[in-house]
Formats: sequence, structure tokens, C-alpha cells
Amino acid sequence: MASSSGGGTVEYIQHHLTNLCVGDCDPVTHKAAGFWALHLDTLFFSVLLGAVIVLVSWRLGRNLQADTPSGFQNFVESILEFVGNQVKDTFPGHNPLIAPLALTIFLWVWLMNFMDLIPVDLLPLLGSFIGIDYLKVVPTTDLSTTMALSLTVFALIVYYNIKVKGAKGYLKMFLFHPFGKYLVPVNIVMTAIEELAKPLSLGLRLFGNMFAGELVFLLIALLGGAATIGAALFFIVPLQVLLDLGWLIFHVLIITLQAFIFMVLTIVYLGMAHVSDH
Amino acid sequence: MNITVTLLAQVIAFIALIWFVNKVLWGPLSKLMEERQKRIADGLAAAEKGKKEQELAEKKALQAISEAKQQAAEIIAQAQKRGNEIVEEAKETARAEAERIVAAANAEIEQEVNRAKEHLRKEVAELALAGASKVLKREIDAKAHKDLLNDLAAQI
Repeated sequence: MASSSGGGTVEYIQHHLTNLCVGDCDPVTHKAAGFWALHLDTLFFSVLLGAVIVLVSWRLGRNLQADTPSGFQNFVESILEFVGNQVKDTFPGHNPLIAPLALTIFLWVWLMNFMDLIPVDLLPLLGSFIGIDYLKVVPTTDLSTTMALSLTVFALIVYYNIKVKGAKGYLKMFLFHPFGKYLVPVNIVMTAIEELAKPLSLGLRLFGNMFAGELVFLLIALLGGAATIGAALFFIVPLQVLLDLGWLIFHVLIITLQAFIFMVLTIVYLGMAHVSDH
Repeated sequence: MNITVTLLAQVIAFIALIWFVNKVLWGPLSKLMEERQKRIADGLAAAEKGKKEQELAEKKALQAISEAKQQAAEIIAQAQKRGNEIVEEAKETARAEAERIVAAANAEIEQEVNRAKEHLRKEVAELALAGASKVLKREIDAKAHKDLLNDLAAQI
């Protein structure tokens, strides 16, 4: 917990927003300093949540009811149908990769975002007992995760652009796209910005929302820490609980919305890549 | 932001997860749902078809019933007609029979009358002969005047 001094507060927040970095890290700030910097906490939690998805799906897949689905299968089927409808509505043509991709993004991002709802001090505290000094439990508050997702999507965008339009067609899109053949240099700049903005906006939007959400949780958590004496405790602790609950409820919407936005934009971008006549 | 090994690891994890989700979740479950959708659609179509067939069968049955009714009415009418005919025939036969019987009776009566007449004639002849012989005594030879007497008897 933080002390009541200002320096302590900053330290508390910074401590919580520092990844467990191994390898090529700055020894003072614990930030990644070179290529060989591994954020163990990010990797651990994201892979763990991915494994949860796979295991739950596998267990569900072992006793699927063909005609009388019940309980959990119904729930999963409704998610599948929701994602499938999104793909059907926004994606032109047919590509068997899009729906599993969208489903993966939605489930995984949602679960990673969900880590935000676990009390901010709980897991770092447990970690400190077994000698882990830094622990950032929400993988999507790490740019490495969000940019990994958006860059993968970007790679797919480029791949399908070239596959559908042909290398020539893709190049033509850069040369002639918004303003026709008389403003080729402007076109190149505009299209390049447009294309690069796709992965950047995808990754940064998710990162920004989750980072800010985590920060608000930290600030709310600081309230109780600030009240160390007497009567203030009776006022501030209920206030903290109330604020935390409010932000929690609001944040459930945010994490779902962010997962949904990431999914839908992925579908839309890949759909645009599949339209040959731009 | 640095491009770190974390980023690469996350990319690999992401791709692996897409593969797994497709393998264990999306693939089997969407196939299952599609098949179920198809089955339900087929079932509904079959139900619709069955309903139509039933309606058709009902219509056919109604038609058959009305045809049967018509036929029955025809048969009844024919039977009535035939019955009337039979009654008429019977009447005719009875009348003919009666006439025949009457005619036979008449003939018999006539025969009987004739026979009686003959008998009477013979008796009259005999009586006349007896009376005459009594009157004439021996003057008339029965044998000699037989023809005369018979002639007489025939005239009576």
C-alpha cells in the first residue's frame, strides 16, 4: 500500500504499471531496453487465458448436444452466433479464416480485459509473497499485446489486399486511391497514412482504454491508502467501495465494448481488403 | 514502444490461439449449429409438405364420399325402378293367369254343359223311345225304327 506522501503515490502507481521484465531491461525503471526484453507477466496471463479458452472449448466439445443444447453450450452458441452474424453482416464474400479470427479476438481480448476487474492489489500482493516484485496483471495494458494483435491483423490486411487485388492492384490503390491520377504524390501519402492508421488505431485504442481504466482503479485504491487516521476512515473507506463498485460496473461495459470494437474493426478492415474494386 | 521479443511471442500466441479456437471451438460448434439449422429447416419443410398432403387427402376423401353418395343414390333409384317393374310384371302375370284360369273354367263349364246336354238328350231319346214303345206296343220294332228314333232324339 502507498504511504500518504505524494512521492509514495506516484511510486505506487508506477510500481503497478511496471511489467515483470526479464532479459534486456533497464535495471532502474524495469522498462524494456532492447529487443530481448520479455514481459513475463503479460505472456503468462495472456497464454493462461488462451489456455482457458482452449480447455473450456475442448471440454465443451467432448459432450456436444446436437439437438438439445443446454446451459453452457447455449451460452457459447449464442456468442458464436453473435460473432458469426457480425461477420456475415460486415464481411463481403466468404473466407473461412475471418469468423474464427473474430471469435478469437473477441474472447481473448475480453478475457484479458477482464483481468482489469480483479482488485488491483490482489495479484501483485500474492506475487510479492513468492518473490515477484513487479506484476501487471492485465495483458492488454501492455502495448506488446495490443500491438501484437493489431500487427497480426495488419499483416492479414496486407496479405489479403495483395491476394485479392494482386500486387499491381494494391500498388494502384496507393497511387490513385483518393484523388485520381493527377495527384499521385498526395495519394501515396494519404493511402499510406490511412493504411498505417488501421493497426495503430486498433492497438492504441485498446491499450489506451485499458491503461486508463487500470489507472482509475489505482486512483480509487489510493483513497483507502490515503486515509490512515481516525474519523476519515469512516468516510473514505465507504466512498472507496462505492467508487470502486461504480467504476467496476462501468468497466464491465468498457471491456466488452473494447473487445467488440477490436473484433468489428478487424472484420471491417479485412472486408475492405477483400473488395477488389476500390 | 520497443519491438521486443514479448511482441513476437504475443503474435505467435495469437496465431496459435486462432488455430486452436478454429480447431476446438468454431469448427465443431458452427458445423453442429449449421447441421441443426438444416435439420430444423428440413423438419419444417417436411411438416409443411405433410400438411399439404393431408389437405389433399382430405379433399380427395370428400370427393370420394360425394361420388359414393351419388352412386348410392343412382343405385337406389335404379333399384326402385326395377322394383316397380317387378311389381308391374307380377301384376301383369297375375292378370294373365287369372284370365287363363277364368278361360279354363269357362271352357270346363261349357264342356260340362255340353256333356249334360248330351246326357239329357240321350235320356230324352230313351224316354221317348220307352214312351213310344209303350204307346205303340209291338207295332214298332225297336230294331227297325232305330234310325228314326235316333233322329228324333237328336232333334230334341
